[in-house]
Formats: sequence, structure tokens, C-alpha cells
Amino acid sequence: MINAKLTDKMRNLRDAYSSALIELGYKNPDIVVLDADLALSTKTKRFGTVFPDRFFDMGIAEANMMDVAAGLAACGKIVFASTFAVFATGRCYDSIRQSIAYPELNVKIVATHAGISVGGDGASHQMLEDIALMRVLPNMTVIAPADATEMEDVVPTIAEHEGPCYVRIGRADAPIIFETHGAFRIGKGYVLRRGDDVAIIATGTLTAEALKAHELLEKKGIEAMVIHMPTIKPIDKRLVRRAARRTGRIITCEEHSVIGGLGDAVAMAIQDEPVPMVRVGINDVFGESGEARELMEKYGLTAESIARKAKKLVAKS
Amino acid sequence: MHDENLIKEIKRKALEIRKWVIESVYRAGSGHPGGSLSIADIIACLYFHEMRHNPKDPKWPDRDRLVLSKGHAAPALYAALALAGYFPVEELKNLRKMGHFLQGHPCMKKVPGVDMSTGSLGHGLSVAVGMAIAGKLDGKDYRVFAILGDGEVQEGEIWEAANTASHYKLDNLIAILDRNKLQIDGPTEEVMHLEPLPWRWQAFGWDVVEIDGHNIEEILDTFHEIKLNEKPTIIIAHTIKGKGVSFMEGTLSFHGKPPSEEQYIRAMSELEQAEREVDD
Repeated sequence: MINAKLTDKMRNLRDAYSSALIELGYKNPDIVVLDADLALSTKTKRFGTVFPDRFFDMGIAEANMMDVAAGLAACGKIVFASTFAVFATGRCYDSIRQSIAYPELNVKIVATHAGISVGGDGASHQMLEDIALMRVLPNMTVIAPADATEMEDVVPTIAEHEGPCYVRIGRADAPIIFETHGAFRIGKGYVLRRGDDVAIIATGTLTAEALKAHELLEKKGIEAMVIHMPTIKPIDKRLVRRAARRTGRIITCEEHSVIGGLGDAVAMAIQDEPVPMVRVGINDVFGESGEARELMEKYGLTAESIARKAKKLVAKS
Repeated sequence: MHDENLIKEIKRKALEIRKWVIESVYRAGSGHPGGSLSIADIIACLYFHEMRHNPKDPKWPDRDRLVLSKGHAAPALYAALALAGYFPVEELKNLRKMGHFLQGHPCMKKVPGVDMSTGSLGHGLSVAVGMAIAGKLDGKDYRVFAILGDGEVQEGEIWEAANTASHYKLDNLIAILDRNKLQIDGPTEEVMHLEPLPWRWQAFGWDVVEIDGHNIEEILDTFHEIKLNEKPTIIIAHTIKGKGVSFMEGTLSFHGKPPSEEQYIRAMSELEQAEREVDD
């Protein structure tokens, strides 16, 4: 178990990304950063200000950016390529498939503005399929950190990891749940709360909601195990199976379609010894414009919704 | 001007490449002879004279790179790599066969000497741009060559890459456009027009040279004259699809089809005849 606390402190994961990237830039001269005219939004511009020689704006040409990243990586660079998740994955799928995943090149795609909490921009910009698209690619590692602290660990870790990685973060500020650095490992899930009645497995910033759901359930006499699963691929199978055996019920939580994401990865991990499962996610629909919080509520991506579903699952099985 | 012996030697290599294209595609029972034959002379000039590379050290950091963006011409690239010594020529007989490493399209993880995995059209020039940027970043003087199909430049990403290359002043990047004027569905100008090609590339900030892609001397001279002037260069090489095998020349039917046994025998004898003519 690692220490996770619900606090009122909020921090933006994009800020964490840019500060970690700059720190990495000082340490490693092989770090090169690409962006596609969203460097102010993804915050890679800050790296470009500190290391102008190692930052390249590729303009509004994302597929080209991914292939350029592959070419740089083929010459020994560790390339961070950033843009919004909707462009980084859907628009670039073939570039990523052919030139990054297949030749297993050292490109780190860090996508921001993932999920419905993008808000006002609406469905065109609310990427809910990116985990599915990246997870299906052989050689690809898929990561969704929970908070800014973890994001600061993810950046240097993926730089050290040989091979392609996809990291998705959102636009909105997120509550800090980890006070200390150093826990993050690729492929490892973390038990944040113990409990025997149901296991709530969450990824990305929904882990904070899962922690809140734990408190709500506690008041109703339900003991929920909470697992944070920052790496969706390769998933921590052992931990998932252990949680399934111990609790006999699983709820997965992700700011992503219920198809192809964490829910599917967890289901695959327990296919030999399945237990009843409920997926909290976007139910195969496109999003819409609105405030981030309103949208999370409408689409059921809140602690209350998680707790409700957990309670129902416990009552039923 | 290049000496006569060199030109003869490269002509011989180009014919050897052509023979292996026919041999390997025939044995594989599938593959793309037409577009492999059209680039045989260019590939021969690159691997047997122009490029700085070392078959004993395929990952040599200072080597010139080649991205075969029209990856379906893999048989020509594989033949050149084998003849240069990257792997035994006997392996060419195992093209596209399960359990062997010569994949239908270039795979950098499996084939020594392949600098980039390709096959899906439209990616290679962007990758070459990345390699050229890396060369500039590292202060290295290697050059990056990218061979593009003419139909391939119908892909929009080619023009994103073209724009990026001139924006970042990548004069270490040399694209070669195999202008054989045919694509699967027909003549390029009927399927989706490309002309005026030189004008289009100039408009994107490139130096443009047009050559006969089967004239060894002209190819060598053209490479020799490329300047480091802060602009990428594209060589529009006018070629003939299926070049070197009479019944494949200028036809669509051998874009992606192997020769029959009878056609194979005829093709090999034509190429052997051409070899004798070089030596005469």
C-alpha cells in the first residue's frame, strides 16, 4: 500500500509535465521535444524557451510530427511529442503504428486535453478513445497518471524506458493525492485503500474520485479496496487478479470510453477467473460542450456515481 | 564526369539488382517488380558509390541514411544491401517467406542495413526529415536520402514533410522521386494529377533537379552537384516502370504481380544479355 491522501490542493498535470521535462532536459542532452502548434497549451513551450535548440514546432501537421519524431529517435534521440490527445492518436494512428510502434522507436507521446473534462470545446476535442487506440498497438506502453506529483515521476521514468510510450493527461487542474515522489513504476498498480467488499480500480485523475468513493462507501458500511492503475498497458495482472480473488467484485473507472480502455484491460487480466464487473466510463457516446465538472457529473464520472455502482454491485452479487 | 570503369561497375550492379528483383519476387510468388526495377539504377548509384556506409557496421552513427519511402520496392533495396554485404545474397531467395527475415516491406528491426521500416505510403519523407534534423543537432555531416514513389506524393503528409524540410533548412536531406508515371489504378495524371511537379516542389522551398533515372552518369553527376545551400533537394528521376525487362516496361500489370515461370525465364535471359552487353 502506498500513501495517498485527499487534499484540497490542486495542480495542473501540464505544469508538472513541463517542469519535469525541463529538469530532464538539463540532465540528458538527447531529449528533443516536438509540438504541433499547441505548445502554449501543452506547455512544452517552456522547454522550448529553456532549450531552443532542442525544441521544434512542427506546425499544424500532427501526423508529420509523429514521423519526424520517429526519424529523430532512429538517430538516438529521446523524443517527446505533444499535442492534444484527439490529434495525437486518432489523426496520427498510422504514423504511430508504422513508424513508432512497429520499429519500436524511442518516442514518448505525451497527449494533453484527454477526456471529457476538456469542457467547452465539445465532442470534437474530447478524446475518449485514445487509450483504446494506443493499447491495441504492440510495443506501446500506455500511462495515465493520477496527479501532478505522479506526472513528475512519469516523465523521467519513460525517458529511461527504451521504446514507445503514450501518456495521457487532461486539461483541468487535478487534486494532488500523492505527497511524495518515487512510487511510479511502469506496469505497476498501487493499492491505495484496503477493503474486502469490492475493488475499485481507477486510472488517471479518476483515482481521486475513487478515493472519495471509498469514503462514501465506508459510511454505508462497505469496505472498498482502491487500486490506482497508472499503467494501462502492460497492466499489473497480478494485482488485478489478487484484487478479484480478495473482493470478488470489480469496478473500473476511467475518463474514457467503456470500450477498449482500462475496463477491457482489467477484464482480460481476469478472464481465467472472472468476477462480476462494472465499468465506469463514457458509455459509447460522444461528449458535448459544458463545464468540466458539469460534464463529469452528467456522464457519471464522479465519486457519487462510482459509489452508487459499487453499492449496487455489492448488493447484487 | 566519372570514370568509365565506375559507370560500368554500377551498371553491372544495377543489373544484378534487377536479376535479384526478378528472382526473389518470382520465388516469393508475390511482390512488386515494376517499381523495384524502376529504381534499380538509382539504388545502385547510392549503395555502390554515393552513400557513405559500412556493411560491417550497419548502425554506424556517421553513415548516410536511406529511407525507402516507397517501401514496396523492398526487393531492390534488399538486393542492393545483400550485394553490398549486409547479409548473404542467398537470403534473397527467402523474400516474404515465413521464418525468414526479409519481410514484404522493409523492417529495420529484422533486416541489417534497413534504416527505417516503411510500407504504408506517405510516412518516409517525414521520417527522413527527423533524421536530417538529428544530424544537424549532432553536428554530423551525414546525409539522408528518401526515395519516394510518384503516386506516393498524392499523400498529404508528403507535403507536410516538404514544408517542414524547407522551414528547417535541411540541406542534408535529398529526396528522389521515382517518376515512373504509373500507379496501381492507372497513369498518375489520370488517377490524381501531380504535375507540374517541379513547380510544386519549388513552391515548397526545395531545389529541384530533373534527370533521366536510368542514366548512371547523370545520376552520379547530379548527386555530386548537390550543394549545401540551406535548401533540401529533390531529384525528380524520370524512370520507366519495369525497366530492364521488355514485357514489364511501361506496363501496369507488373506493379504488384510476380512473373510466371515462362516470364521469369525470359526476364532473366534478357537481363543476362544486358550484362554481356555491359562487358563488351
